[in-house]
Amino acid sequence: MSIMDMTAVELAAAIKAGKTTAVEATEAMLARIEEKDKNYNCYVTVDKKGALAQAKEIQTKIEAGELTGPLAGVPVAIKDNMCTEGLLTTCSSKILHNFVPTYTAEAVLNLQRAGAVILGKTNMDEFAMGSTTETSAYGVTKNPWNTEHVPGGSSGGSAAAVAANECYYALGSDTGGSIRQPASYCGTVGMKPTYGTVSRYGLIAYGSSLDQIGPLTKDVTDCATVLEMIASHDEKDSTSVERQDTDFTSALIDDVQGMRIGIPSDYFGEGLDEEVKAAVLKVAEQLEQKGAVVENFDLSLVEYAIPTYYTIAAAEASSNLERFDGIKYGYRTQDYAGLHNMYKKSRSEGFGEEVKRRIMLGSFVLSSGYYDAYYLKALRVKALIKKAFDEAFSKYDVILGPVAPTTAPKLGSSLADPIKMYLGDIYTIAVNLAGLPGISLPCGADKNGLPIGLQLIGDCFQEKKLIQTAYTYEKVRGAFPAASKEVG
Amino acid sequence: MAKEYETVIGLEVHVELATKTKIFCGCSTAFGAQPNTQTCPVCTGMPGSLPVLNKQVLEYAIAVGLATNCDITRYAKFDRKNYFYPDNPQNYQISQLYLPICRNGGVEIETQEGGVKTVGIHEIHMEEDAGKLIHDEWEDCSLVDYNRSGVPLIEIVSEPDMRSAEEVIAYLEKLRLIIQYLGASDCKLQEGSMRADVNLSVREVGAKEFGTRTEMKNLNSFKAISRAIAGETERQIDLLESGEKVVQETRRWDDTKGESYAMRSKEDAQDYRYFPDPDLVPILVSDEMLADIKARQPEFRTEKMKRYKEEFDIPDYDIEIITGSKHMADLFEAATAICKQPKKVSNWLMVETLRLMKEKEVEVEDLRFSPENLAKLIALTDCKAINSSVAKEVFEVMFDENVDPEQYVEEKGLKTVNDEGTLRKTIEEVIAANPQSVDDYHNGKEKAIGFLVGQTMKAMKGKADPAMVNQMLKELL
Amino acid sequence: MANIISDETIEYVGILAKLELSDEEKEQAKSDMGRMLDYIDKLGELDTTDVEPMSHVFPVQNVFREDVVTNADTREQLLTNAPEQKNGMFMVPKTFD
Repeated sequence: MSIMDMTAVELAAAIKAGKTTAVEATEAMLARIEEKDKNYNCYVTVDKKGALAQAKEIQTKIEAGELTGPLAGVPVAIKDNMCTEGLLTTCSSKILHNFVPTYTAEAVLNLQRAGAVILGKTNMDEFAMGSTTETSAYGVTKNPWNTEHVPGGSSGGSAAAVAANECYYALGSDTGGSIRQPASYCGTVGMKPTYGTVSRYGLIAYGSSLDQIGPLTKDVTDCATVLEMIASHDEKDSTSVERQDTDFTSALIDDVQGMRIGIPSDYFGEGLDEEVKAAVLKVAEQLEQKGAVVENFDLSLVEYAIPTYYTIAAAEASSNLERFDGIKYGYRTQDYAGLHNMYKKSRSEGFGEEVKRRIMLGSFVLSSGYYDAYYLKALRVKALIKKAFDEAFSKYDVILGPVAPTTAPKLGSSLADPIKMYLGDIYTIAVNLAGLPGISLPCGADKNGLPIGLQLIGDCFQEKKLIQTAYTYEKVRGAFPAASKEVG
Repeated sequence: MAKEYETVIGLEVHVELATKTKIFCGCSTAFGAQPNTQTCPVCTGMPGSLPVLNKQVLEYAIAVGLATNCDITRYAKFDRKNYFYPDNPQNYQISQLYLPICRNGGVEIETQEGGVKTVGIHEIHMEEDAGKLIHDEWEDCSLVDYNRSGVPLIEIVSEPDMRSAEEVIAYLEKLRLIIQYLGASDCKLQEGSMRADVNLSVREVGAKEFGTRTEMKNLNSFKAISRAIAGETERQIDLLESGEKVVQETRRWDDTKGESYAMRSKEDAQDYRYFPDPDLVPILVSDEMLADIKARQPEFRTEKMKRYKEEFDIPDYDIEIITGSKHMADLFEAATAICKQPKKVSNWLMVETLRLMKEKEVEVEDLRFSPENLAKLIALTDCKAINSSVAKEVFEVMFDENVDPEQYVEEKGLKTVNDEGTLRKTIEEVIAANPQSVDDYHNGKEKAIGFLVGQTMKAMKGKADPAMVNQMLKELL
Repeated sequence: MANIISDETIEYVGILAKLELSDEEKEQAKSDMGRMLDYIDKLGELDTTDVEPMSHVFPVQNVFREDVVTNADTREQLLTNAPEQKNGMFMVPKTFD
């Protein structure tokens, strides 16, 4: 097998066995990026020199037996909202066009400790606000399956890089579906763990109560392996949870006998594309044949998740993004008259349209006289949504549904109508509000050959049930073709 | 007939807590470092950084709440207060609005009429301090130093229960003493570790409703507070008398000009959009935590005064003065514990210490000599190693530089000469040189001996025990 | 549209958020915000009496650090990204207290 076709875990094993080296794999990836990325624009920054230096160092350590982990020597791509010491970190925004952090995000540090080679930083929707990677200040990313289509977002660069074989795996972040939805559009596996499982330290915040870092990978085995590496209890993140059960690879079991799977009827109503619906329901049948107990149920409140999410996320974002003011780092306008004019011009010129839209909305819902009616109301509905999931998980181990109503839309078709774009997040958003884990994996393709994604949702801290179900399905499904093969 | 007005005052007192590190990160809070050398990504608002609460801050805040008779909030949270200013690196300050750590307390103060009244405490909350802005002298710009950014503060918000500058100062002194006794802060107004904002309104005597209030900032001494209260009261009464209205606003007191001016700006919306900080988790104060802090509360002034009366044979007046400052009481107790002579320690504090403090304009918190050195000095006088005038001289050096008196006396050769031979020889020389005084003494002029003692001390350069000189002179004469 | 956003509101929110919008952007913002609020108003359909606002999903509490100095002087690193600096400090337009 060519090293290009290997999964991350396979590559690490091959390096360990002396069949290839971290340097060879890194060189292969860099060559591939050099050749292909002009077509897709997955990366904002490619750290060629740094990656090769890391690869050499890591290879030495592997040979010396100092690095023995299942991902040692494997090249990875990091979403550009995670701080990387000495490496440009832009959040795909003009306002951070020159920001070079002096510290590294804890999740990335965890990967580095495990011997990861960082290839570069991937494109995203500006500050993770968007579902298409079209709001980036550094150009749109294109879907490797069909470059006329979006890769999804906001972790579109990460998903596309995995699909285009421009890295072995990538890290993304998920605030309302930003890992799962691009994974679905790009035919890769993507997982958002339970809130608090992966440290947020060094992740540039969008909606702090919703943000989680997670893996985008070629298969479920890689996904469980990466998650196991990045999960940690971090004393620098007050919301980090101390867990003893992060041995996620122990759940790579081909068996769903007795697994109780609930199918929320409200996820299969109006707006869902027929092809997507058929593909997802077929998975339910296949799992039932493998011994799972499948049942339909009403989750309820589904249509309230989006307005709840946009209120909370916009409010938190309006505050989180206040620090970008042209004083300590990032973009400062050239001409200004006084302090407040400097603030306004730097921010207005530095932020893109969608970011400004959400900052304005967030500032408004928190402002005097509206806080109770909008923000507190949304927090109350969030409690109701959480309760609805609690009830569902008293009956089911896993909830099964689509990731998004459609396959990847065409470039340029989404941004014109923000609310319509927001509606595309309907199946992913509630998971963030309730802090739950969710995994997305490919389950077919539509008539245009674009991948369809399946979503499995678990109760808090029940990632293992998701991994086991996903792994079992993957065995039933068989290998999913890589986009790189489809389009060359 | 002219209307009679009364002034209604409430205070917002900010106290900088005496922790080693900042409220949300492990940066030092030490005073006087070079700009921005005590900073990290958290306290400078770097992207992706996250706050983690310093436990000591919570414990101090609860301790102050308990000492001021507050209810401790068992489920407390932090909120973000959003406003843009360069000294506020995140452009939001982490504070507490909805669930502050303490509520519904109060302290008793003595009124001018000699009575006692309670000033209510509405709430106490924890928050982070801002950085420092320095106005550049050469260029048209300001410079930001984040060393103070993230230093822990508590804000003590009183009820509008005070009616005069005197009551305000009595309340502040009471708070200061309580907090100093707790060791939670040194509460120095001049250095900004205690800061008071004055909320003031006036109303006609007998009126039930409060008038419109203003908030005054930048008050960094008791004198400035008194003057600002007088000035603002007058300004508000003048407005009302001329039929105008008081505008609710924040004003800045300029103590050199003796007037205040409004801090208004179009860009200053005063709409802070408070909401719970999602980066911090709630605080749950358990019974155990509360019991633990209660058990560690120190002895406060009233109890201390009572104990001093029982334990030490010193005048009530001394007790009053000594316990009036935590630092003084600590000095007294520590020195007494070493030398076991409360009366002598108290004397040094009451006489020489107070005299030098007044002469050199030193605040009690800034006293530098250690109790160990004071005890040593007392021991030196006890064993007659130095006489009292040398002791006073040494004490003054201790007061300035906290020198070790034993070493100092040794180095400077100030020890009393107890060698009888040397003394006898000197006295014999003095007798020989002053026949007139010797004659006077023998002729019954007792006073003459005083002159001879003086001459001997002079010849000994002060390093003799006057009593011993006196005795030996009498023998030799 | 049920929520009509006035020019004053957009101006006011611009002051809060420190954003300066062009006239065209203002019109767009008025329309976007109005539509979003109409959409958010949907939450009013739900009875949330007696429902506590949920800001944290899990009952995680009392996360503290000990009062121990862990950070050294990193001023040089702090200032590497500063748009303008002087004497070890960040340079900003003149402020008035």
